[in-house]
Amino acid sequence: MMKVVRGFYSVAYSVKLCKPNVICAYPITPQTEIVERLAEMYANGELGDCEYITAESEFGSASILVGASAAGARTFTATCSQGLILMSEVLWNAAGMRLPIVIVNANRSLSAPLSIWNDHQDSMAMRDAGIIQVYVENNQEVHDMIPQAFKVAEDRRVMLPFMVCMDGYKLTHAYEPVDLLSQELVDSFLPPYDPPVKLTTKDPLTFGSYATPATYMEFRAAMHNAMERARKVMDEVFKEWAEVSGRNWGGHIANSGEGAEVYVIAMGSLVGLVRDVVDELRKDGKSVDLIKLRTFRPFPADELRKALSGASKVIVFERSLSLGSEPPVTLDVKSAIQKLDIDVYSLVVGLGGRDVPRDLVKKSIEEVIDGKVEPGMHFRGLKDYEEVIV
Amino acid sequence: MKYFGSGHGACPGCGLPIAVKNVLEAIGPCFVANSTGCLEIISSQYGKSAWGVPYIHSLFENAAAVAAGIEAALKALGRTDEGPVVVFAGDGATADIGIGPLSGMFDRGHDVLYICLDNEAYQNTGNQQSGLTPTGSNTTTCPAGKLMPGKPGPKKDMVAIALAHKVPYVATASVAYPKDIRRKAKRAMEFEGPKYIQIHSTCVTGWGIEGKLAIPIARLAVETGLYPLVEYENGKLVRVRKIKKRKPVEEYLKPQKRFRHLFKHPKGHEIIEEIQRIADENAARFGLDVE
Repeated sequence: MMKVVRGFYSVAYSVKLCKPNVICAYPITPQTEIVERLAEMYANGELGDCEYITAESEFGSASILVGASAAGARTFTATCSQGLILMSEVLWNAAGMRLPIVIVNANRSLSAPLSIWNDHQDSMAMRDAGIIQVYVENNQEVHDMIPQAFKVAEDRRVMLPFMVCMDGYKLTHAYEPVDLLSQELVDSFLPPYDPPVKLTTKDPLTFGSYATPATYMEFRAAMHNAMERARKVMDEVFKEWAEVSGRNWGGHIANSGEGAEVYVIAMGSLVGLVRDVVDELRKDGKSVDLIKLRTFRPFPADELRKALSGASKVIVFERSLSLGSEPPVTLDVKSAIQKLDIDVYSLVVGLGGRDVPRDLVKKSIEEVIDGKVEPGMHFRGLKDYEEVIV
Repeated sequence: MKYFGSGHGACPGCGLPIAVKNVLEAIGPCFVANSTGCLEIISSQYGKSAWGVPYIHSLFENAAAVAAGIEAALKALGRTDEGPVVVFAGDGATADIGIGPLSGMFDRGHDVLYICLDNEAYQNTGNQQSGLTPTGSNTTTCPAGKLMPGKPGPKKDMVAIALAHKVPYVATASVAYPKDIRRKAKRAMEFEGPKYIQIHSTCVTGWGIEGKLAIPIARLAVETGLYPLVEYENGKLVRVRKIKKRKPVEEYLKPQKRFRHLFKHPKGHEIIEEIQRIADENAARFGLDVE
């Protein structure tokens, strides 16, 4: 059913169709309206036997879901920015206990200075926690991604938390036509959660043991292996989704496959604009193509290496930093193509919600194509400023 | 004991197994959430779990929230017949780092029995001060030195904090009175919603006592009026353990290494008087003395 809805509604409605048992959250801008819509559905009795809990903080929210997930419930939360960071101690723990909690992160920059606007610094800070991360381009994709997230996370070969990242405001608050899924379709795609182990008095088990040096490392290696297995599971699930829904969002990456000399890598809501610019440049005869990076963890190194094998230059539009090093996506891209002779241009744009206008994107790509800029990291759209402490 | 087995690694004289066994014996099969601390370390090592009930250790400060999540899941999944949800958490996990999630659990009214195992400091890591460390106690982070005679300020009143949340059943207990622990745990289960029991629990290393003296010393805490055993139902004080011939606090303080400095320190006498005043105040407030 095609409807014009805002991003948070497309998330909430999809979550409802996945029939979670426990939803728990704490409001934080710009995520708030996702959980408000879910709270409204709960208040109106539309969530079935689901328990909806407003926690005292994001820390509490994640903790409640650890208990609920360990007890065998399908669980969901949404958060962003400081809230995600406040959850982080718990989320590392959830990943270690192999709890398939699904999280929607309405990407927002981190303090200080305080900013409620969008970039990708918050989710990038969770890079090493053992949480699957997928970035969506629009509100249809996030709507479609929720059932897939549950299916991947709850797969016995995986059993890890899954974070769907959507750009705060740019997507959460945007009106877009969305083909809302039907309950029948989601039911046929997503089976009820049947955990391999759970807390039950019928078969008492110990969760969250402490491990001595004799055992700890095996648990961490097992998590790494699960993340590696998730690649294949995601391929299967993405393919199945394309078949049942008729919408193919691609695999871990999505590109035209036509080949080019220069590739532009983008994530999230920036993808639509970059695609438009790249199409225009191709019409003008430039050999340039877009790679939409959908999965950040597990990182699709093989797919990127293959897609970039004939390229001479790659531009990574970055929405976050790793202060004192290169930005996180750039580092992974470089690591994936280290044996290929490709110049990497890491262009940092749009931090803290700074506008990324079409002209800036076009000019940035043209400068690289024309050899006017050195490989390496550059800020784009940055104004002149003076550091007063120095 | 089928719920908390032999094979745990507690020190001889430790109060924790006494508290845990008696609570579990009283309420039967249940779900246990346990914060990081002594209990978790002595019982949850991978491959050597001492628990005969479903058990989860998550973090230091979130056992109350994890328990709330278990309760919510059991409700949502229609599995409320499997047994109650219980938290075992130390005094630091309860009164300091975990007080936010605990307040949230109380406030939302989850049907959870919260047991605070109060050994009056962070004993797992070697006796550092917590919010429930009593006045004058020598810990490694409030050591008795030339200027400071041990822990300044009073022991945080968690019972009052629980009562302020309108928790329907609130009680204190002591490992010196196991029958009383069992009765209170059983009684707590008759109330719906959150329940808070704070159990005074000996720590042989932190308190500096011999194992064989653990129970007599725990009893002295009650007999001096320093650890009054009280019971509130729906906000009303309903039962108090009376004391025949209340003992002076020195009798409780003297045998413990953590208070020994008070008998030599220039400010020691003053502190002991202050501790005696706390005991007297407890006696007056709860009517501890038998007429």
